[in-house]
Amino acid sequence: MTTAAGCREHPDLAPLTTEELAARIARDIPPGSYVNLGIGQPTRIAEHLAPDAGIVLHTENGMLGMGPAATGDAIDPDLTNAGKVPVTELPGAAYFHHADSFAMMRGGHLDVCVLGAFQVSHHGDLANWHTGDPDAIPAVGGAMDLAVGAREVLVMMKLFTRDGAAKLVPACTYPLTGAGCVSRVYTDHGVFEPGPDGVRVLETYGTTADTLGERLGVGLIR
Amino acid sequence: MRTTIADTVDAAVAGIEDGATVLVGGFGLAGMPFDLIDALIRQGAGDLTVVSNNAGNGDVGLAALLRAGRVRKVVCSFPRQSDSYVFDELYRAGRIELEVVPQGTLAERMRAAGAGIGAFYSPVGAGTPLADGKETREIDGRVHVLEHPIKGDVALISAHRADTMGNVVYRRTARNFGPVMATAATTVVAQVGEIVPAGQLDPESVVTPGIYVDRVVRTEVRRLTVQGAR
Repeated sequence: MTTAAGCREHPDLAPLTTEELAARIARDIPPGSYVNLGIGQPTRIAEHLAPDAGIVLHTENGMLGMGPAATGDAIDPDLTNAGKVPVTELPGAAYFHHADSFAMMRGGHLDVCVLGAFQVSHHGDLANWHTGDPDAIPAVGGAMDLAVGAREVLVMMKLFTRDGAAKLVPACTYPLTGAGCVSRVYTDHGVFEPGPDGVRVLETYGTTADTLGERLGVGLIR
Repeated sequence: MRTTIADTVDAAVAGIEDGATVLVGGFGLAGMPFDLIDALIRQGAGDLTVVSNNAGNGDVGLAALLRAGRVRKVVCSFPRQSDSYVFDELYRAGRIELEVVPQGTLAERMRAAGAGIGAFYSPVGAGTPLADGKETREIDGRVHVLEHPIKGDVALISAHRADTMGNVVYRRTARNFGPVMATAATTVVAQVGEIVPAGQLDPESVVTPGIYVDRVVRTEVRRLTVQGAR
């Protein structure tokens, strides 16, 4: 992943739609990568990957070379993605068991994963599995393994909650999924790189870096 | 001991005791040993600890076992799903215990049990609530968490095909936890769609060698998918 010099501001554009955001992330995934797309919005990135980029999708329930969702007669109960949605198999696919699937993650063989998030801290901590609500049933799935294992952990999220609260925060108030693991955060209002020295802003949509910094209450590094 | 071929699923699950730890294969419904679970419900063992990736989908398989009130505790990575209403109700009523384990750690803890590893350090979960109370150690500048094996009294798995030696092959992503659970339990029971004579499986393609498998039983293939789960 290359870091752009300076910040590209696009104050005249509207904030990105989910589809535009998926396409934006797809452009940053290096050709030839092995990639895991998290359950939910990140799965939409698959539709925007260039067919000739040779990107191979991993699904943690034991497959490399996952194809698009299955429809009609192609639906096979023995072939699903991590969201339990029936999918298809591409030429050159491989199957393996769960311990191997997570060993290839933890062992640093997976180039990129894209996850959703409740919160990301300015230092790259990720919270995406539990709101801490005492009535909620905790469920972590493979999120902690992906957060620690993938070489690049990209986050795809809205920058603000419906109530307007920032989701890029000085410190996560929700329970952590992983500490200091996020490489880059892609949002409807901008692209950010959290790190030990604070948050770098790489791009903005429908706003300027100064305005975003004020809304987020943080001095953004250019 | 050599694998035996059971005539019925009821014979295949005979002897499971109250309080047993049962490893149940499957990821959602793919690879779920429905018929063995139904037989376990008839068999009657209760106060069970179930180790599985999920905590039941819809009304079938693991969800049916939970509804029958046989399970004291679930160890899993992802209980809450759009169709996990049986578990959700029991949990909210305080009638079932839950231990949440990161999915890869769940698999690796069973792998460790099957491979004779006493415990292992993993970076997964470090700095999160799931590491609370666990021993940690910094290795190569990174915090690791000490994780202990999960050993089953029984494993119930579903696979595509077996031979009379107990060698097993799986189909597509229904493989999931089957191979690792088959190594990690005292008694391993596999339901398969077909049993062929020894010599008719390509030895190069065997995923679970028969040494791990105690009982095999043939069952009809069911085609169930999770509807609308996202």
